[in-house]
Amino acid sequence: MTLEKPYADIPGTVVFDSDVARRGYWINQFCMSLMKAENRQRFRADEKAYLDGWRMSAEQKQAVLDRDYNRILELGGNVYFFAKLFYTDQQSFEQAASSMTGMTREAYREMMLSGGRPPEGNRYRKEWESG
Amino acid sequence: MARITAGVTTSHVPAIGAAIDLGKMQDPYWAPLFEGYEFSKQWIKDNPPDVVFLVYNDHASAFGMELIPTFAIGCGEEYPPADEGWGPRPVPNVIGHPGLGWHIRQSLAEDDFDLTIVNEMAVDHGLTVPLSLMFGQPDAWPCKIIPFAVNVIFYPPPSGRRCFNLGKAIRRAVESFDEDLNVQVWGTGGMSHQLQGPRAGLINKEFDNDYLDRLVTDPEGLAAIPHLDYLRDAGSEGIELVMWLIMRGALNTDVRQVHRFYHVPASNTAVGHLILENT
Repeated sequence: MTLEKPYADIPGTVVFDSDVARRGYWINQFCMSLMKAENRQRFRADEKAYLDGWRMSAEQKQAVLDRDYNRILELGGNVYFFAKLFYTDQQSFEQAASSMTGMTREAYREMMLSGGRPPEGNRYRKEWESG
Repeated sequence: MARITAGVTTSHVPAIGAAIDLGKMQDPYWAPLFEGYEFSKQWIKDNPPDVVFLVYNDHASAFGMELIPTFAIGCGEEYPPADEGWGPRPVPNVIGHPGLGWHIRQSLAEDDFDLTIVNEMAVDHGLTVPLSLMFGQPDAWPCKIIPFAVNVIFYPPPSGRRCFNLGKAIRRAVESFDEDLNVQVWGTGGMSHQLQGPRAGLINKEFDNDYLDRLVTDPEGLAAIPHLDYLRDAGSEGIELVMWLIMRGALNTDVRQVHRFYHVPASNTAVGHLILENT
């Protein structure tokens, strides 16, 4: 029996359900390791070597090296886990969130100051596809 | 006997903690937010709890993916602030109330809510930012705190209905504790926000203000909102609001709203805050 996923039609959103979480186990556990200062240092010193110590797929490792957060989401990463990665880069949640939207940091900040992204036109995938 | 006297809800955005810790509370960006908590700081001075039962979620700080409790109650004596990547927040350790914690855990298990028991863990911004907003920057928190962590990261979190009923069971548990204690229940997180993907930045003022209205007058109705509606209308992280229903379930059917505040934005998030007293 297949579980229904009625949330699959929400645009621009990865819901961290069981399938996604299972896919992302090692990428998320790698991110957890960055909560220790000595691991952050080792990662900064040689990112590739550090990543090779984890049972992540080649795609997952590349997405981390590229800091491609939307790709990390697709590959099972969760934002509260990979926050450890952008904190290691001394980035704020606002900077990281803006980078996932394709907006500049300034434009994103301006949108938030004007009340955020409205729900109108952003509830269903078809609204994005027709736009 | 212990009794629940009041409930507090508030968002727990990490950037608010950073603004407090870095002395940015007077900055034009932050000042309007902190003004909304001035009333609250005075209120809690006038209504000091012995114990706060603090409902929050861990953000992959104490719990990674190796072990993920749905409901976890802190029964330990002391909890340090977590290092979330910037070093631990410069806030006091949280002092627990093991007597009441273990009592609630047993009472809830007998009431069909089987909790994970935690004696040692670090507590992250989800727990410490609400404390800072209500108590400011004391050398020691002025009351005991029972951390209560809810999984809202691994979808689906517990339903609104289950959270509301859990609150009712928490009330029964507190009221059966044989010590004269003034207990407040706090529900934290929310309101509308989405931190991930191309739709990040979603804010829904209409949803949020309706939620603030109905948390006072129609919590039963709110408890029936399906997860899909939170995801679609309040953003993928807006689903944290189910934690507010635990607080509300622990209060009387009729409550007095003594404070309400709403502000956009704090970083990526809509901030909502209520203080409700049992009448």
